[in-house]
Amino acid sequence: MAAPLSRRKSISYSKWGYFFIAPFFIIYAIFSLIPLIDTFKNSFFEYYYSQLKWTGPNFVGFDNYKMVLSGDLMKYFGNTFIIWIIGFIPQIVVSLALASWFTDLRLKLKATGFFKVVIYLPNVIMAAAISMLFYSIFSEYAIGPINSILLNAGAITEPYKFFSYTTSTRLIIAGINFLMWYGNTTIMLMAAIMGVDTSLYESAQIDGANPTQTFWKITIPLIRPILLYVLVTSLIGGIQMFDIPSVITNAKGAPNRTTMTVVMYLNNYLTTGKNYGMAGAVSVILFIVAAVLSLLVFYLMRDKDAPKKKLKKKKGANLL
Amino acid sequence: MRTYDVAGQNNDKTILTIRRVFCYVVLILLTVISLFPFLILLINSSRSHVEIQQGFSMIPGTQFLENFKNAIFGKTYNGTRLQWNVFGGMLNSFIVAGFATLLSVYFSAFTAYGIHVYDFKLKNVAFTFILVIMMVPSQVSALGFVNLVSKMGLKDSLIPLILPTIAAPATFYFMKQYMESSLPIEIVEAARIDGCNEFRTFNSIIVPILKPAFAVQAIFTFVTNWNNYFIPSLIISKDEKKTLPILIAQLRSADFTKFDMGQLYFTIMIAIVPVVIVYLCLSKFIIRGVTLGSVKG
Repeated sequence: MAAPLSRRKSISYSKWGYFFIAPFFIIYAIFSLIPLIDTFKNSFFEYYYSQLKWTGPNFVGFDNYKMVLSGDLMKYFGNTFIIWIIGFIPQIVVSLALASWFTDLRLKLKATGFFKVVIYLPNVIMAAAISMLFYSIFSEYAIGPINSILLNAGAITEPYKFFSYTTSTRLIIAGINFLMWYGNTTIMLMAAIMGVDTSLYESAQIDGANPTQTFWKITIPLIRPILLYVLVTSLIGGIQMFDIPSVITNAKGAPNRTTMTVVMYLNNYLTTGKNYGMAGAVSVILFIVAAVLSLLVFYLMRDKDAPKKKLKKKKGANLL
Repeated sequence: MRTYDVAGQNNDKTILTIRRVFCYVVLILLTVISLFPFLILLINSSRSHVEIQQGFSMIPGTQFLENFKNAIFGKTYNGTRLQWNVFGGMLNSFIVAGFATLLSVYFSAFTAYGIHVYDFKLKNVAFTFILVIMMVPSQVSALGFVNLVSKMGLKDSLIPLILPTIAAPATFYFMKQYMESSLPIEIVEAARIDGCNEFRTFNSIIVPILKPAFAVQAIFTFVTNWNNYFIPSLIISKDEKKTLPILIAQLRSADFTKFDMGQLYFTIMIAIVPVVIVYLCLSKFIIRGVTLGSVKG
């Protein structure tokens, strides 16, 4: 008698599960899923605003994709990637160094709490505001602080136009990316290093390994899955780069569209040059790129629980 | 032998000291790099336009209150009136970030509770689905979102910036992980025996237990929404509804030759300061939160 009763009870409780997940799924369906489907649909239609009137929507098949892919999109993917990598390389190097110092048993650095607070600070600040601040700091108008310092030091004789050159503009954007994210990466890598068995470091020390050897032979191999995770998630964040280059260049990607990112290009089709067909096609391509990268993250995450298996046998670890 | 040992130790100690000094030098350098832009911001927002134009100096000026007044109420400079709805922007940002935080944190826990506690048919499907959508960038559905919002007649309204935060996959995931580590199912069963209904159990028993997770996620959600620029800039075009990031981005299109730089720096500072204050007060929780998220997520 007791068994059926309790089973009936558990069935009646389980229905509550739907009650609790309902708000999430209703809101997601309305505000994300329907828009996503609508975006996909738009990518197959000719639909744009020009000369004060809307043309379309007319079904055109894959024409928008052909147009987008034969246009400048690849160049903008290139810009995005270049700016991302200029920021990412120093970010991973500095973060690895800081993370290993903060967790070093022998160094015993003081005031690490203070340093962690300082290096993470830029991450919480509004990207639009940091960008506007950097624009003002480097600007040639009203002689910005950097130009002022350089002029006073005699390094230059007239204000340097940082935002008129591709290299300096890209470096400034990448620099802001670096500044905003190296603290975050440091803390993530610290968590990874602290997860490594301390006895490994102790025995390495007894065996007379120097810090460089310990770092390359113990730390790096053991946190490799997390390093890859950091790399791929940073890349996913990188392809979404918008706020900083948009504010720095006033949405123009100046000079000569060399700092135009993919999302800035998408934003142009959504705002100034309204073309919903092209915007749809760019969105779908962006979606595919993000999906491929995300699958990579899922793959890495799944293997994270079995790092030993992975070290022994790279492929087929899941079969074991 | 003994002398050799001592010498070896000394040598070790010297190397350690050199390494330590090197680390501190790098750390101090990074601290300077991280803080210098904000130092410039702080100094220049206290100087007058003329002082700023004369060149950079580490000495703060005396125009702090004047710049504050200009940033809020606007200023006529070279015949052009430059005024942004900064105060209104701040209010709008507070409304959006505040409500988004409340909704996002509460409903993420709500959803996580549904999946954590109950065994229903679609449980695994629902969980996998949320994990999959976690990585979809919000930009890819921006076009459809703008269309939807205009069809709903909600353009220039703050509602489409607040309501969608109910479905926050990353916050959900954090809550789910937290429940797995610190929400024993026995608590729920005890509440059932006491005759508490499921909804009330969640509100009066589970929510208090989740407080630490709420705190961490509340900070992150607030900061994210306070700083959010891309979607709001597509939805809002009326001045009185603009949030701070939109106003800040607009400063860029202003003509710098007709601009009071003190007013400009102060306006940027207004956008940054609230978050910096929150951060400095709660930095412990924030850094712990990042650590937790990275270990698990």
